[in-house]
Amino acid sequence: MDTFKLDAKVPEGPIAEKWTKYKSSIPLVNPANKRSLEVIVVGTGLAGASAAASLAEMGYKVKTFCFQDSPRRAHSIAAQGGINAAKNYQNDGDSTYRLFYDTIKGGDYRSREGNVHRLAEVSANIIDQCVAQGVPFARDYGGMLRNRSFGGTQVQRTFYAAGQTGQQLLLGAYSALERQIGKGSVVNYSRHEMLDVVKIDGKARGIIARNLVTGELERHFGHAVLLCTGGYGNVFYLSTNAMGSNVTAAWKAHKQGAFFANPCFTQIHPTCIPVSGDHQSKLTLMSESLRNDGRIWVPKQKDDKRAANDIPEEERDYYLERRYPAFGNLVPRDIASRAAKERCDAGYGVGATKMAVYLDFKYNLINKYGRAEATKHGIENPDIETLTRLGKEVVKEEYGNLFDMYKQITGEDPYEVPMMIYPAVHYTMGGVWVDYNLMTTVPGLYCLGEANFSDHGANRLGASALMQGLSDGYFVIPYTIGAYLSQEIKTKPIPTDNEAFVEAEKATKERIEKLLAIKGKQSPESFHKRLGKIMWEKCGMARNEKGLLEAISEIQALKKEFWSDLRVLGDAEGFNPELDKAGRVADFIELGELMCIDALDRKESCGGHFREEYQEDGGEAMRDDENFMYVAAWEYKAENQWELHKEELKYENIKIAQRNYK
Amino acid sequence: MTIKLKVWKQKNANSSGHLENYTVDHVSPDMSFLEMFDVLNEQLVQDNKEPIAFDHDCREGICGMCSMYINGQPHGPLKGVTTCQLHMRSFKDGDTIVVEPWRASAFPVIKDLVVDRTAMDRVIASGGFVSVNTGNAQDANNLPIGKDKADMAFAAAACIGCGACVAACKNASAMLFVSAKVSQLALLPQGQPEREVRALNMVAQMDSEGFGACTNTGACAAECPKEISLDNIARLNREFLGASISSQEL
Repeated sequence: MDTFKLDAKVPEGPIAEKWTKYKSSIPLVNPANKRSLEVIVVGTGLAGASAAASLAEMGYKVKTFCFQDSPRRAHSIAAQGGINAAKNYQNDGDSTYRLFYDTIKGGDYRSREGNVHRLAEVSANIIDQCVAQGVPFARDYGGMLRNRSFGGTQVQRTFYAAGQTGQQLLLGAYSALERQIGKGSVVNYSRHEMLDVVKIDGKARGIIARNLVTGELERHFGHAVLLCTGGYGNVFYLSTNAMGSNVTAAWKAHKQGAFFANPCFTQIHPTCIPVSGDHQSKLTLMSESLRNDGRIWVPKQKDDKRAANDIPEEERDYYLERRYPAFGNLVPRDIASRAAKERCDAGYGVGATKMAVYLDFKYNLINKYGRAEATKHGIENPDIETLTRLGKEVVKEEYGNLFDMYKQITGEDPYEVPMMIYPAVHYTMGGVWVDYNLMTTVPGLYCLGEANFSDHGANRLGASALMQGLSDGYFVIPYTIGAYLSQEIKTKPIPTDNEAFVEAEKATKERIEKLLAIKGKQSPESFHKRLGKIMWEKCGMARNEKGLLEAISEIQALKKEFWSDLRVLGDAEGFNPELDKAGRVADFIELGELMCIDALDRKESCGGHFREEYQEDGGEAMRDDENFMYVAAWEYKAENQWELHKEELKYENIKIAQRNYK
Repeated sequence: MTIKLKVWKQKNANSSGHLENYTVDHVSPDMSFLEMFDVLNEQLVQDNKEPIAFDHDCREGICGMCSMYINGQPHGPLKGVTTCQLHMRSFKDGDTIVVEPWRASAFPVIKDLVVDRTAMDRVIASGGFVSVNTGNAQDANNLPIGKDKADMAFAAAACIGCGACVAACKNASAMLFVSAKVSQLALLPQGQPEREVRALNMVAQMDSEGFGACTNTGACAAECPKEISLDNIARLNREFLGASISSQEL
């Protein structure tokens, strides 16, 4: 029944040599030909900005598109904690292999070996490149770069710039992009949203974009199109994503033939500020780096009404340290999230809603930093107040902006009382299926960064998203795109009055008119909220067959209601955020259905995908390698209809084992 | 809480605007300022009235997209905070709040509270970078940078490019924004080769975009949500002067 054979195109040979060898054998495009080849890059986050800048430096003609008012605002900017690289600067035994191994294991053996090894290989180049651009990473007094730990590893390989690493990395990539814009080798289109991929003779040849200021539809030609459009976590309505983050570009590509892989693999981040009320529009992450120094606990006694600081040490349950002594508070995100849910469901949660756990810095603030500073200053027998004062200074330097943000949002001071945190949707491992070249199943259409599915399996390790975005953009696509574009040097730019462009624009226009013509009663926002509730309750941290079946029929009903009772005020001309939102919500609804179908189909628990039917006695996830060691790549057939294609995963360099962080 | 709002409404850059009155009931002190606007907009949609257009995205104070001029202050009354991180607990029941867009000729209004800030991108494109192509950079630790310098560069690099400094300035000067980028790169060894040309080009671009002159009143630094220091402007002045002199020597 599988008529299409998925070919990942991973090069032959030993794992450590695949990329080096392949890189030297990819056909090149000579400089004169590069000048006549045009590349469209949609999205200007880490993946998009780094790809666009690098391709333009090489000589290609590049156009970039972003829906924000500037490329610098892409949501990569909000990444807090850091970026991994196998530099082994700390002399703690790190290596390319270890980063590769940690990533595969962290992903619960559901990612592709070849891609992940390449990611680990280029990780060190990323740090070099960023430093050369002037990215101000944290440094020691001797001028050397600092590192810290992130979950799922036992080495310190995370580079950081306080709690603003994503911002600094993006500003680096943005400055490289702006340099090319200044030179005229990139033309940027801000406040533009991609609304379709244009295909000619089966190849991606351009896009239809909507100018969000004027409302006009525009046709843009490219010899190749790169989607760098981020993840789809906002399908849950409440997530740590930006308000504008959406799946629309990826979804349009999916409907044009790009397979969508592992859509049910979503990452629920363990340390976010809990929901405070119905008005809530988004959730705010508290960086995983805080788990370096923060200890997670709940009271040992159910429904304990005492304030956190009044609960004595022996009456606290440091449940992660208890359950996972080898990794303690630094277990991977999926495990930490489920453990928090388990404690709260069992009645040990804290705070007004009882859906929170404590993240407490007092111990390390006093004992780790306070004592170290006291020794440094030659203070003998320091009292608690001195230790607290000294420790606070260090904690402030490491995490100051996060502590400030927490205080701003909750009104509580985390230097004095423990933070209250709860898991929230943060990242999507699933995404558009790509081969080793990062090309989708549509020739000439590529997908980079969080928008693709390739490197994180069923669970992403902390500080690896920034690494992947920049790896794809700076160090992978500039090479792999040559394999395709070297065959396109004879293709002249196709005029946009070509029938395919005209048809695509017409279809886009009709869809916009359809949204406006419903003239029902409910706002796009209200539909989004309802979709999010279904997804969170039935396709969230824990899933089961009954719930997923219910979710599918609820989503189908919601879709009907959407297309018959939506109210979009304003019109198609001019600036109209309501219309933008309506289009995005329509796509989220369709994606939501596919996520539930995928979650239903994967009858195992792995990484972020936890099926309640498949768990061990202790509540640990039960993977089924015999039947599910594959990438589920879904082909869009017709409304509510998808066909599953399987890419079998082979592990030749890593021994598959049950994940053990104990 | 009940909050009364006077919000700037303007159809597009070519039309003139006016303040319109709104009332929002059931405002919770835990809401962010933008969440109050969400509630208001939902209410407007229910009443078949077009919602208020405003810029926002990350809602965690880092993307720089939100840009409301609240009661005469960019990003409102709290120090060191963007609009999205301002919560209603900073206001009282029954308060009247006036909300306007950033006002500057270099930032034309697109609609209501949304302005066009692409001038800032063009200033960065004129020189706010280190000219290094991708690939083959030297090992990062081969370039030791003292902690003090690194920290100062980081503090300058924390600018989120929101434009509050321009909105706060009586002359709509972009000096704090430009100086933050010039400082970051002037403080680092990577920025040295282009140090002079960067200062000259970025200042020239800033002027051509129609940003006003700086008179050192410090309103920009006082209102900056990332508390970018006025020292950066002093450094930009030094950089610019030094570059002007040495470029004349050529």
